[in-house]
Order: sequence, then C-alpha cells, then structure tokens
Amino acid sequence: MKKLNLLFALIALAAVILIPNFLKNYGIHMFTTWLVFIIATMGLNLTVGYAGQKSLGHAAFFGIGAYTVAICLKAGLSFWFGLPMAALFCFVVGLALGFPALRVQTIYLAFATLGFNTALWLVMRNEEWLTGGTYGINNIARPSLGGISFDGNLAYYYLVLTFTLVLALLLWGLLNSPWGKAFTALRDNPIRAESLGIDTRGYTLLSFAIGAVYAGVAGGLYAAQVQFIDPALFTVGASIMMYLMVVVGGPGYFFGPVLGSAVGVVLPEWLRFAQAWYLFVFGLAVVVLMIWLPDGLLSIPDRIKARRQSREASAAREVAGVKA
Amino acid sequence: MIQPVLKVTNIKKAYGAIQAVGGVSFEVRAGEIFGVIGPNGSGKTTLFNSMLGQIVPDEGKIELKGEDVTQLGPLALNRRGVGRTFQTLQVFGKMTVRDNLIVAAQEHQGSMFSRMFAPKDSGLGDKADALIDQFRIRHVADKKAGELSYGQQKLVDIAMAFMSEPDLVLLDEPCAGVNPSLVGGISTLLKELNRSRKGSFVVIEHNMDFVMDLCHRIMVMVEGEVLAIGTPDEIRANKQVLDAYLGN
Repeated sequence: MKKLNLLFALIALAAVILIPNFLKNYGIHMFTTWLVFIIATMGLNLTVGYAGQKSLGHAAFFGIGAYTVAICLKAGLSFWFGLPMAALFCFVVGLALGFPALRVQTIYLAFATLGFNTALWLVMRNEEWLTGGTYGINNIARPSLGGISFDGNLAYYYLVLTFTLVLALLLWGLLNSPWGKAFTALRDNPIRAESLGIDTRGYTLLSFAIGAVYAGVAGGLYAAQVQFIDPALFTVGASIMMYLMVVVGGPGYFFGPVLGSAVGVVLPEWLRFAQAWYLFVFGLAVVVLMIWLPDGLLSIPDRIKARRQSREASAAREVAGVKA
Repeated sequence: MIQPVLKVTNIKKAYGAIQAVGGVSFEVRAGEIFGVIGPNGSGKTTLFNSMLGQIVPDEGKIELKGEDVTQLGPLALNRRGVGRTFQTLQVFGKMTVRDNLIVAAQEHQGSMFSRMFAPKDSGLGDKADALIDQFRIRHVADKKAGELSYGQQKLVDIAMAFMSEPDLVLLDEPCAGVNPSLVGGISTLLKELNRSRKGSFVVIEHNMDFVMDLCHRIMVMVEGEVLAIGTPDEIRANKQVLDAYLGN
C-alpha cells in the first residue's frame, strides 16, 4: 500500500511539473491559483482538520499576507523581505486570534473568527492611505532571485510549486512529530489531552498561528501572481470558500487540501458552460457531497474499509452462530 | 515519619445549599492502594474532581508530596506526577492503541519546542510495547482504539494513565461497564503495577468485591463526610459501615 501511495505521489508530482508546459496562459493561471489555495488550505486544515478548531477568518490572513507583500513592494522593499514579513505578521495576529478559542468553542468560535475577518476587511477597505481602499494596489511586481526572473507565468508557476512542496514537507514533518499527535488529541478530546499533560492552550494558539502563516504566504504569492489586489478578494465569503475546500477534500487528511482546492478552484471554471446556473450547480454538487461524504472525498477509502470490516465481522458472527 | 504522597485536609465543597463534601481529610501513603467507596451522592466524585484540579474546593488543602496543589489545574497536576482515568471511556478513537499510549507520555519528554523535531514516537516505543504486553493487548496494538471492544478500550484507558510513570494514579470506577470476567484481570493488573512501579493509587469503585480485594485501605463516605477509614477487614467488621452502606 505504501509503495502504491509513493507511486501515486510520484505520478502526481510529474504531472504538476510537466502539464503546465503544455498549457496556455489561462491554464497556467488556473494551476497557479490551485497551488496558492493548496498552501492556504493546508494551514486551515491544520487549524480545523487536525486541531479541531473552527475558523471562518482564514481569508483575513490571506489578505494580510497579500497586503504585506504589496505594501513592502510599493515601499521599494524586496519580495523576499515582504514574504517573510507576511508570514511573521500572520503568525503574531494568528496567535492573537487563537485567544478567543481558549474561551469559546464550536459555532461561537466560528462567529468570533468571522467577526475578525469582517473587521480586517473593513481596515483593508477604509484605510486608503495604506491599502488603497476599494481601488486596491496594482502593478505588484513578480520577484526575481539570483538573476532568475519569475516574471513569466510559467516561471512564476514553478516558484509557487516550489513553495507548495517545501511548505507541504514542513507540515508533513510537523504532523509526523509528537506535535501531530498532540493536535489530534486536542481535537478528539481536550479534557483527556490536558489530563495527560498536553498543553491544550499552547497547541490551540499554535494551530491558529501556524495556520495563519500558511495563509499569509499564500496571500503574498497570490498578490504577485495576480499583480492587483483589492479588499473584495478577502471577504468572509472567501473564508467560507476556503473552509469548504478543507471540508470537501477531507479535514484531517494530509492531501485533503489538494483535492478540496481543486474542487474550489477548478470546478467553478469547468461549470462555466452552465453560464448563470454554474453557481447553482456548484452549490448543489457541494450539498450532495456533504450528504454522502461528510468527512470529505479522501474519506472514501476509509468508508470502503469500514464497510468491508463490518461485512467480515457479520460473516464471522454468522459462522460462529452456525457452529454453536 | 514518611511523608504521604497525597494529603487531603478538611476539604469542603458546596453547590448552592447542598454540601457535597463537608470536611474530608485523609492521607495516601507511598505504594498504597487507597479505595474510596460510598453510595450515590456521597461526594466521592466531587472529592475526586477536587483532587484532580477539575474544581477548586471552597475550603481545605490538598498536598502532593508536601506541595500545596489545591489551586492547580489538571495540566499542572499531571506535570507533577498525577495520572488519572475517567469514569467513561476517554481513549483517542482515531489513533492506534500504541499511539494512544505514546501520546499519554510524550509531553513529559523534553520541551514543546524540542518535541517539534523529535521522532514520531518520542522515543517511547519500547515503553509503550512493554505496557502493551503487560496489559495483554498486543494483538490489537496497531488497531485504532475506536475499533476495539469496550473492555479492550478500558484496558487501553487504564494503561494510558500509567505511561508517564506517575507517582499517584486516580482511577475513577475502573470496572464501570466491564464484564465480570475482566474485573479480576483489571485487579490483577493493578496489583502488578502497584508492586512493580511502587506507585500509589486512589480508586473510586462501586464493585465492592473488587475494592476489598485490591485496596490496602478503604475510606467510606456518606453524605459528604468520612464514615470510616481502615483496612478491608476493618471496614467489613465496622457496624456503622454495615448499617449505613453495606447492609447485612
């Protein structure tokens, strides 16, 4: 099974490296957007899927990252300074947003984070001297490094791909360290976790802060990708869409964001043939998915396994009954 | 004089007009298995929750190896060597049995920062395997805890409390919901652990045979107060206890 997974991962890696070479600009743009949202939702998956917190404010961190990079570039600073600043700023704000989670949970926490997103969005819209207000910030330059320019769409795609792989490996390492088990324990049973010496306060705060860092880096990369940002990109609606991506892919599954982001980014584009009905079709598809697969697309193998085990157990009981 | 592991002095806790615990005092000695029995509503759970930092008593003092821990919460108590089990099952159902045991002790290894770079099993694999063998759950070690039977999960739950080698373990109804054939097994396991680890246990349990067989001393509570403290034989012979609780 592990060999099969490795083979599948290698084929997927080869695909994301090779396929964009055969695509036009729009296709490359879609692939880049997909990768950006994979990064953002990897962070949200840590907060929501692994640590069990509720967050409807992830787009605010995405926005903080985007604006930090854009403002740094406008101030004449390098992208390579702006992106770490975006990550650092998001870490600090994410840590602060984690504090409500120490007092409230479930739907109340969701509303607290939603309020945070709305407040941040208002800052982006109203503080024109800093953010450009509703006019946004345009002409955001793409970076270069060591003489290599990432101005071209394909070059920039490979830069984003590199970030995606590095951040995925870091998250994989984190989740496979004792921290991964601590996050899962926090999600599944915080009272038991605390009785075992797990600092539930610390891990709750860190789940928000690290998740925010991923959103911030994604936002910074997105700003340079689209080269124009305005507050409309970072609304509560965008946060809900990111949450949806995590839930559709499978919260708590490492590759959930890969599938969820594909559904969230690519499916609306594929459904454009439906013209004005595409949002309706997209919404309906999500409703059907949630009814049949509430744990997301990646829960399919687990559901099949559970069904097989249940069948085997019933068969064993029947055999035992016949013998008796 | 040897210092007791746990010293509870004049603990009181009221919920409104109801005095749940009204001035309870006792000591638990090193290596002792101390039982707490009493009918429903006698204040056992309130007393237990006070000792575990789940609630703060209105009055009184709780000392752990001489340190006043009355105001400390569950996290701080665990760090000071207190393990516990819950009345209802509290395993992590999506983790394997082995991972349940590892997570039960990993926070005692190094600092939070160093654990970020530690191996997945925090170097506790051998220790977990030893406990798995001792609890005779080797055949389910790699299964998810949520897939096990109630009795098997109960064993995992108890084993988790011992993973970090605590000085004091508080067991809240370890036999609750367990079929009678497993009760003897749990008693044997706890006796083995008591002998091999020299730890002290406090056990709340309704199963009288289990308590009488397992505990070195027993405290009987009635209506929030201590009716008697003594060895199982003394408790069996105590007329007050027989009248108030055990019946004839």
